[in-house]
Amino acid sequence: MPELVILSTDALIFLLVILASGFTRYASKREHLRAPWREVARSKVGMGALLVLSCFVTIGLLDSIHYRPEANGNVKESAEVLSLFDKLVTPLRMYQEKTYSAPLAAYQYTKENTELADGTTRRDYPRLEYGGSHLQNVEQEWGSDIVSKSLLGMSKGLLFWLLITLLFLFWRSQRNSTTIGSVLNDIWTFQTEIPWRTLLFTASVICLLGFWAAELSTYYHLLGTDKVGEDVFYQALKSIRTGLLIGTLTTLVMLPAAILLGIMAGYFRGWVDDLIQYAYTTLNSIPGVLLIAAAILMMQIYMSNHEEQFASLTQRADLRLLFLCMILGVTSWTGLCRMLRGETFKMREMEYVQAAQAFGVGNFTIIGRHILPNVLHIVLITLVLDFSGLVLAEAVLSYVNIGVDPTMNSWGNMINSARLEMAREPIVWWSLAAALIFMFTLVLSANLFSDVVRDAFDPRLRSSR
Amino acid sequence: MTMSETLLSITNLKTRLGDAQHPIRVVDGVDISINKGETFALLGESGCGKSMTALSMMRLLPPSGRVVKGRVEFAGINLLSLSEREMRGVRGGSMGMIFQEPMTSLNPVLRVGEQIGESVRLHDRQLRGSVDDRVVALLDAVGIPDPARRAREYPHQLSGGMKQRVMIAMALAGRPKLLIADEPTTALDVTIQAQVLKLLKGLQQETDMAILLITHDLGVVAETADRLAVMYAGQIVETAEVDGFFQGPNHPYSRKLFDSLPDSRKRDEKLAVIEGSVPSLDSYFKGCRFTERCDVSSDRCHREIPKWRQLDEQTGVRCLLYAYDAMLPGQKKKQDTALHSPRRLTQKNLLNVQDLKVHFPIQKGIFKRVVGHVRAVDGIDLSIPKGTTMALVGESGCGKTTVGKGILQLIRPTDGRVQLEEDELTLLKGKALRRRRADMQIVFQDPMSSMNPRMLVGNIIAEGMQAQRMYNREQRENRVSELLKQVGLSADAAKRYPHEFSGGQRQRICVARALAVEPRLIVCDEPTSALDVSVQAQILNLLKQLQNELDLSYLFITHNISVVSYLADQVAVMYLGRIVEKGNVNEVLENPTHPYTQALLSAVPVPDPNHQSSVIQLDGDMPSPANPPSGCHFHPRCPVAKKNCATEYPHETQLSDSHHVNCWLVT
Repeated sequence: MPELVILSTDALIFLLVILASGFTRYASKREHLRAPWREVARSKVGMGALLVLSCFVTIGLLDSIHYRPEANGNVKESAEVLSLFDKLVTPLRMYQEKTYSAPLAAYQYTKENTELADGTTRRDYPRLEYGGSHLQNVEQEWGSDIVSKSLLGMSKGLLFWLLITLLFLFWRSQRNSTTIGSVLNDIWTFQTEIPWRTLLFTASVICLLGFWAAELSTYYHLLGTDKVGEDVFYQALKSIRTGLLIGTLTTLVMLPAAILLGIMAGYFRGWVDDLIQYAYTTLNSIPGVLLIAAAILMMQIYMSNHEEQFASLTQRADLRLLFLCMILGVTSWTGLCRMLRGETFKMREMEYVQAAQAFGVGNFTIIGRHILPNVLHIVLITLVLDFSGLVLAEAVLSYVNIGVDPTMNSWGNMINSARLEMAREPIVWWSLAAALIFMFTLVLSANLFSDVVRDAFDPRLRSSR
Repeated sequence: MTMSETLLSITNLKTRLGDAQHPIRVVDGVDISINKGETFALLGESGCGKSMTALSMMRLLPPSGRVVKGRVEFAGINLLSLSEREMRGVRGGSMGMIFQEPMTSLNPVLRVGEQIGESVRLHDRQLRGSVDDRVVALLDAVGIPDPARRAREYPHQLSGGMKQRVMIAMALAGRPKLLIADEPTTALDVTIQAQVLKLLKGLQQETDMAILLITHDLGVVAETADRLAVMYAGQIVETAEVDGFFQGPNHPYSRKLFDSLPDSRKRDEKLAVIEGSVPSLDSYFKGCRFTERCDVSSDRCHREIPKWRQLDEQTGVRCLLYAYDAMLPGQKKKQDTALHSPRRLTQKNLLNVQDLKVHFPIQKGIFKRVVGHVRAVDGIDLSIPKGTTMALVGESGCGKTTVGKGILQLIRPTDGRVQLEEDELTLLKGKALRRRRADMQIVFQDPMSSMNPRMLVGNIIAEGMQAQRMYNREQRENRVSELLKQVGLSADAAKRYPHEFSGGQRQRICVARALAVEPRLIVCDEPTSALDVSVQAQILNLLKQLQNELDLSYLFITHNISVVSYLADQVAVMYLGRIVEKGNVNEVLENPTHPYTQALLSAVPVPDPNHQSSVIQLDGDMPSPANPPSGCHFHPRCPVAKKNCATEYPHETQLSDSHHVNCWLVT
């Protein structure tokens, strides 16, 4: 029986999921929060981006359920910690080559001495152990095999998409008690409130690409392999979790401080305001990278001195990730704090706050009841906008070696290793390309989504529409 | 009036807002014609399409607005067919416009002269000489002293009245034939309003331009306009000459507007109210738009849309009472004009304020060194007997609101004593003060911003009871529905959000919220100045009725003299942080003694064009309370100031038991 392992970041990410679903419940009961979200749900760009984002999130969440597999019938023996996602893509993880190989290649990227049966050695590109190993005659079969596998994968994707679309149409026609044809017509002409046509189209692209990649990657290394022969596609997928964690946990860390201090500074003014203001102006004037570098280096030393405290490499890397989130949070709460302080300044002069004071309502009740709900849109907008910035920040930090643990899969580490690969002749470009494609997709969809959210929540934009 | 040349004629103008499926018909078939050199007033409640009519003819509608039908002919040109480029020449050129809010209509980073100069360069085709000379001439024309220096100043260096003058100067730069004035004096104090209205009149006589005056104030109309049109729900319901209109308006709506004006003669009766509010303009009307609120409507009004009927050359009306086959007025709905039961005045004072001072420190530098004080309230004495109303009157910035907040301890006073019955409030702290807060409550000016938009009405009303630990949850809920009924709303309002209510209803909710903790004193901070006249009457009736039922005392802070004369028992007139005159309402209003009170009362526009008033013009604006003038604060603006006024502050003179005044002239 495999033993469930809950890493600290896992715990936090699920705490975040619980908080988010709690907020959803809270928001669904309140019209002023529901209305802007309805606005988001009506936006084509927003919903398309949300679908892409949710694919990333699903992978990230699957990758956050860790367990210790049975090895030789004994759980304790194994130092390795795997995630549910690893289990799902086991072949990708296990198919390890010796060193570099190009995307979809059947041969290694570098020449090697091989000993032939007659005892002579030959220097040539060896066949890969796993990539394209099913091919008898590479030169003749390779091209057609790729094409046929692609077609097979894509048609599987298409079939799957048709299936879910039909199910969806059927469900919708049942619910509205109309025919499937009229439902289809409504969707095609954008008569529905949520732009289902955009969603279905995005889903078709995702299905086609997903199944195509799944089909090919079971026989080939879709995005090649890296220096130690690991599948780059697998690395890129595993990096999703790191990116998401940095983007979300950091805000989770900074949120309480930013909200509490910002509102307190604005509400109480006087010396409280002075103190908080001085704190964040001081913090702001220290270069963030410097602070992060100092903290991470200290952490590294601590970890190498206390190795006995960490049961596995994964746990060690995980703690470092968490620490990075925290230190990023410490350096990034000031922006939101300042914004909330300004907004609270304005809010505390509102007449309903004064009316509450005239009733003798306590200060913290006023903050919780009158001020916090009225600045919540700012918090939300900041969170969504900050997310993509933090994902990119991780890449930059890892590039200069003060990011996540080098053993951890992350886009930043991939780019970092690409630094040497780009200098090779012939160059190895796929690590960098893979990291960029994934990061680009995530950040782009996050940005598009956050734009839509901002437009829906910003009262100034709302009134001008 | 002789038939003079028509300058502007609008025919069947229809403007829509919002998307095509559910348009809001903000202007729905308006016909107006304005002659050269006359002042034409467009009168109506908020939300009935006055401003939209003006914006439609200027072609300045918001992005979602469009003119769907009609013709706007101005000096022989159809404005609606001009290109945008040609239209730009008209706007600010032969058609000038001034807005309600002079504070936001000027660019704060440009000098006043540059802003007027821009207008001159763009629009003044007859310009001879330099732009700067013309700017100075314009500033001089609008009565700004030392115009050459003022032209080099920035907007923040000017007072509100001056800014509005600058706006007028900008509008005059293009030598307009028509000036559109959209509520030009609503944001200004009465004494400044009198200055601006006089200026507009004078300019009109000099330049022979026509003025389209958009307003909701019957008094302003009576003082300035020649002809008027009453607008209701996107349509003109009545046009008339001003004299005829004020003698006897034709449309039931116009009549109701007059009836709902508060006035000292109506003191003991309930004000007539127009029930309900302006219907929403996104629906089709099957009958008369006013019928729901009309007290002489009959079945026919619900079925038949009244046509426009021209009664004679100048007057016309849109009402079935005046149709060719005129109907008889419907059964007059019973309106409760029952007398307010006479108040039993007690001698016992509920509130005693002695020498109240609220000073705000002015800080400078990193170390927040105090370099001076804004003396917002500088030593006032007040006492309010149980169950009576004390009105605090004064211009904006004189410290009225600060007095209210100082009494409530929302702003802790710098000095002085505030006694509510036996308790000295200034000495109370923390819990003891918190418990005492139930006895005194406040109702604010703006019902929009005085309720948390994120809370249900029920929770808003219950908040005070919760804070005071009154009742348990269930009892609180019962009390909320009781209170809602008491202020004339249905109990299910508790389950809705504030934005679902109209302004008047919201103000009722605010009153209910204040009543929830069973206070004995309510500070009403301009509670009706954000409301329309008809709605104002509802709130005033409510306040009066509650006072009779619950024996409440009010401190009524306002700048509206007619409300004072209707509601108050005593009046205190404030100027620059001090009370200059106080007494019983009839003593002060009928026999004002202080020159400031006299000027203030004379500046109030009276809704009667035959009223011969000689407005006592006050020069300039109120000085800053950070640096009040020496001696009597009022002496720099006082028309009858003597030499010793500048040296010493006048002590209080008792004219009768209740009437006190601080002025050297009456000692």
